[in-house]
Amino acid sequence: MTAAIQLDGLRRDFGERPALDGISLRLERGQTLLVLGPNGAGKTTLLRVLSTLLRPSGGRVAVLGCELPGESWRLRGRVGYLGHEPLLYRELSGRENLRFHARLHGLRGDAAERRIDSLLTDAGIARRADERTDALSAGMRRRLAICRCLLHDPELLLLDEPESHLDSEGRELAAALLGAGERTRVVVTHDPERALAGAGRVLVLSHGGVAVRECAAAELATAEARAAIAGVPA
Amino acid sequence: MSAASPPVTPSRDAFVAILAKDLRSELRTLRSLPVMVLFAVTTFVIFRFGLDRTSLSGSLAAGVLWATLLFAAILGTGRLFVAEREEGGFDAIRLAPIDRTVLFAAKATALLVYLAALELVTVPVFAIFFLDSAAPLGPLCAVLALADVGLAATGALISSMAVNSRARDLLVPLVLLPLVVPLMIAATAATEPLLEAGGPAYDRFGLWLAVLGLYDLVFLLVGYAVFDFLLED
Repeated sequence: MTAAIQLDGLRRDFGERPALDGISLRLERGQTLLVLGPNGAGKTTLLRVLSTLLRPSGGRVAVLGCELPGESWRLRGRVGYLGHEPLLYRELSGRENLRFHARLHGLRGDAAERRIDSLLTDAGIARRADERTDALSAGMRRRLAICRCLLHDPELLLLDEPESHLDSEGRELAAALLGAGERTRVVVTHDPERALAGAGRVLVLSHGGVAVRECAAAELATAEARAAIAGVPA
Repeated sequence: MSAASPPVTPSRDAFVAILAKDLRSELRTLRSLPVMVLFAVTTFVIFRFGLDRTSLSGSLAAGVLWATLLFAAILGTGRLFVAEREEGGFDAIRLAPIDRTVLFAAKATALLVYLAALELVTVPVFAIFFLDSAAPLGPLCAVLALADVGLAATGALISSMAVNSRARDLLVPLVLLPLVVPLMIAATAATEPLLEAGGPAYDRFGLWLAVLGLYDLVFLLVGYAVFDFLLED
């Protein structure tokens, strides 16, 4: 069976500056990869390359059996991407935003409405789903973004600090929603205590997008993970 | 969950979704259309007093009409992709299993709707301000429709290129205006005989309509061909 993600010497440059410099790893289907590193280490860039939003500058990238960038069109719709921006239109309500995204992903009619209702309820925002999103708090918008990310039942989740802006209740709901099923996950986080427990593998990036460690999550102590996030040796 | 690639969302569904979203947003925020209408009406008032004439005909009438409509259209064009850039809509659309040229088609159609609404208000105002007799409505609508399609196609294309630039308010008119010169020449030439003082004439009217149609075709094809590349990082 092909790996969920196979990277061989992935490079991504912004002009002369390398953001990812020779990343190699293999992630099996159903596994969770935790990506750790200080600010500017290329974590978000890695997620954007895996999601097809950025083209790799070099190396080989295969995601769910699709070679990128050549087969990006085969991958779109199979990935749920949760970035820093919620990708929601401010002047539309939460429900209208989800209907819009559902339609873009080919979900229509009663099936789409049931899926939207179910996600809104599970995320604890059903009662505020008909308010414009610019009237919602950042935490509420984050919950909506999680619904948007899961709407089309993606095989691969790319999550950039999924718990940011969330209160403790929101974190529990998000963990239940994003952790359900046998999906493959790539998670960027600054909270390794919670994330390490559910992770299968860990990738530690340092400044300049260099992979300083790639190992099983069990091999990485929380203190080492904290040091990796701070960008200092453990 | 299947390992096979999912089916591509039908373009019609994606087109309807994006267009409906844009029109709903415009109805709620009114960030383009009222500005376009206000600009056009104000410009007519300025022409009326600036030219110190109560009636216009022929080439002058056609020139006033199209210069005003063109600059009002530029106001709408500049804001066409702002929500996509500021609220992450580009990413959402790039992540969806859709033919990306659907975004071009939906944006061009949204601009076409704005232009039609603009003209629904401002052309009667123009007639009240400047025309002694009614212009032939059918031929005038044909010219307006063909010119609007060209403006919408060109505008959607240029707006998508300029939206990521900080200087987009400068860039859109700077690139768009030279591109639409042929369109404006044809639109003005087709409108001029319709607004003659002695009643409408149809000399070479068909020829100028054909030029407008050709322009539309060229820019719709160019948009279709290059829009996918414009969305790449």
